[in-house]
Amino acid sequence: MVSHLVTALRACVVTLVLTGLLYPLAVTGVAQLLFPGEANGSLVKDERGRVVGSALIGQGFSRAGYFQPRPSAAGSGYDGAASSGSNLGPTSQKLKARVAADAERLRRENPDAPGPVPGELVTASASGLDPHLSPEAARWQAPRVARARGVAPERVLALLDSQVEGRTLGVLGEPRVNVLLLNLAMDRQFGRLPAEPSGGTGADARGVAAPVGPGAP
Amino acid sequence: MTLIGWSQILLFFGLVLAVTKPLGTYLFRVFEGDSQPLPRVLGPVERVLLRLCGAADRREQTWVRYSLALLAFSLFSVLSVYLLQRLQHLLPLNPQGLGAVGPELAFNTAASFTTNTNWQSYGGESTLSYLSQMAGLAWQNFVSAAAGIGVALALARGFTRRPGPEGQKTLGNFWVDLIRGTLYVLLPVCFVYALFLVSQGVLQNFSAYPELVTLEGGRQTLAMGPVASQEAIKMLGTNGGGFFNANSAHPFENPTPLTNLVQMFSIFAIPAALTHTYGKMAGDTKQGWALFAAMSVLFFAGVATAYAAETQPNAAVASAAQVARAGNMEGKEVRYGLSASALFATVTTDASCGAVNSMHDSFNPLGGLVPLVNMQLGEVIFGGVGAGLYGILIMVVLSVFIAGLMVGRTPEYLGKKIEAKEMKLAMLYVLIFPLFILGLAAVAAVIPQGVSSLNDAGPHGLSEILYAYTSGTANNGSAFAGLNANTPFWNITLGLAMLGGRFLMIVPALALAGSMVGKKVVPAGPGTFPTNGTLFTGLLVSVVVIVGALTFFPVLSLGPIVEHFLAGAGKVY
Repeated sequence: MVSHLVTALRACVVTLVLTGLLYPLAVTGVAQLLFPGEANGSLVKDERGRVVGSALIGQGFSRAGYFQPRPSAAGSGYDGAASSGSNLGPTSQKLKARVAADAERLRRENPDAPGPVPGELVTASASGLDPHLSPEAARWQAPRVARARGVAPERVLALLDSQVEGRTLGVLGEPRVNVLLLNLAMDRQFGRLPAEPSGGTGADARGVAAPVGPGAP
Repeated sequence: MTLIGWSQILLFFGLVLAVTKPLGTYLFRVFEGDSQPLPRVLGPVERVLLRLCGAADRREQTWVRYSLALLAFSLFSVLSVYLLQRLQHLLPLNPQGLGAVGPELAFNTAASFTTNTNWQSYGGESTLSYLSQMAGLAWQNFVSAAAGIGVALALARGFTRRPGPEGQKTLGNFWVDLIRGTLYVLLPVCFVYALFLVSQGVLQNFSAYPELVTLEGGRQTLAMGPVASQEAIKMLGTNGGGFFNANSAHPFENPTPLTNLVQMFSIFAIPAALTHTYGKMAGDTKQGWALFAAMSVLFFAGVATAYAAETQPNAAVASAAQVARAGNMEGKEVRYGLSASALFATVTTDASCGAVNSMHDSFNPLGGLVPLVNMQLGEVIFGGVGAGLYGILIMVVLSVFIAGLMVGRTPEYLGKKIEAKEMKLAMLYVLIFPLFILGLAAVAAVIPQGVSSLNDAGPHGLSEILYAYTSGTANNGSAFAGLNANTPFWNITLGLAMLGGRFLMIVPALALAGSMVGKKVVPAGPGTFPTNGTLFTGLLVSVVVIVGALTFFPVLSLGPIVEHFLAGAGKVY
């Protein structure tokens, strides 16, 4: 029995060093050599060279001249250090109330938008950091964005269409638009929005007001 | 449901089917072959590692010694992971300066990762240092998977070894199985896999979290860490514990539809291949394909149900008149959409993985029913790495027993008689499972420490409780994550459920193996029930479904099933 315990202890040390230290360090070394940009967060810069975010992580936008992302349950909204979904179920009063309020607001902010509010714009993503919208949910916002920027809607739609990513290999995933990259492209093409939000509520106001337990999957 | 959505599901299954034979053959060579792959390179490494462990003699072990080795190893594993978390504030690789993890949470997490469950009562980015993640959790991801493969092989050896005249008592050597599984299978695959993930955008660094100013002028902090190396083994070892709170929904863990496909594929790869390895051990690969077929039938039933349910609108969302009617996107990412989310949810709960790319708590009632039922069937639909094979083999014992009752013959499997002792052990294995799930869920549903953690009221709240104990006992680790499990009550009871669901089931399985291994092989006669054909596959599927349904249907009808009808009637809580 004692020899079993000694062997077990030694096996713990051996496997810990091999798989818990040497392996991740080796992967880090090679990854930093081969894919430094990706390994460090796929950071993106604006035209002035300032890092404004990660191409993979969604961020809050509330100004009319920017395309806006989905509601987020990560922290107080798009908190990159507190990923989370709302975890509200289909019979949740809180979810029903949140969707109704968001739909109401979106309708008000987008009077010229075609058709009903796309479902994605009132549903929180799983991570709270979803960087994408479906092309339809982005197009729906185009009239508002075009008006706020004072440009023709066709030009906004043309830029939007150039940013659509298709399905991988024709079947995997869904067509999508990266909201941050789209807004950066908007700034590049139509000029940067003036610094101060015009009565906007600030980037943090897009959070989902739902208590979220740390019980993660 | 769309044609493209189904193409995605079929493409996934085609890949699993294609890898089963070659990987199964490779695993057979690693564990049962006369010479292992790359003998000149990896052979010396294997010898050195075994010598360092003090197990260089490679002596074959009886079921008792095999169990003791596994239990001793797991005991030190729990202690190490516990200490690592309790002391993380004093240890290096903690750029965020995260504090020591509290005792109940550290116990829960140590039990969780040692049992291959990877239930997470914490959010990774806000709780654990990089050292705790890689040297605690990723380490256990490797060795708990390798230990699971070991148990599966030991049980398979019990059924398939042919005792000579001097008899047969041993089932292999735990340390050899552990080291070989790690060295020849998990490590090399994960190294390449992790680099692929990085190339797609998964993080691999030790930086502090950068804080930046967003395009609109807000502030955003980005979580960092050595993610890819952990992500690879998290999927390949069917562990499922995310580096971040949002798990495989987090864009830094699973950035593209391609990584999503590869992640799902790597959950099923080893469990599927092990069925073929088993067939080769039995000297009849059809025995393995019969198991594969039964698992596939149950897989397709699950994915079709989940996909169909999720293409329906979410009742709470559809109640707003201005919103377009479409599938349920609450708790799902745009880049995967409905099909790849429903598929992932099915795969991760068929196997005892528990990684998620969408939040099961926000699924429609019948969509959320699928992951719950998958786990309650005992994690035998491909199942966990190793755990799936030993789970389905117990179901096989039940099936041949029932077939034997029907024709009035002593049941036999692979020429070995199944007698009263084996049936008792098999029943022990089967009964421990609902005892933990239903017993603990019943307690949690009536005491304030249980219900105060719920995020949703009404029948959905019961589903959250039931899901938690099912996931813990089945060693899955996914969650209806609205439940706040980081309380002393939940951390301790779930920790016990995980330990019970692992070790109280492994020991009867190994005892069964020990009881079978010495039995004489009787040549098949005209009255032998063939276990390698369609009839047997059908019987096996029925037994799995009936055992699960009889046990859990009453409680499911109070949770997701009644919620389905209430949601249809527009009721909210």
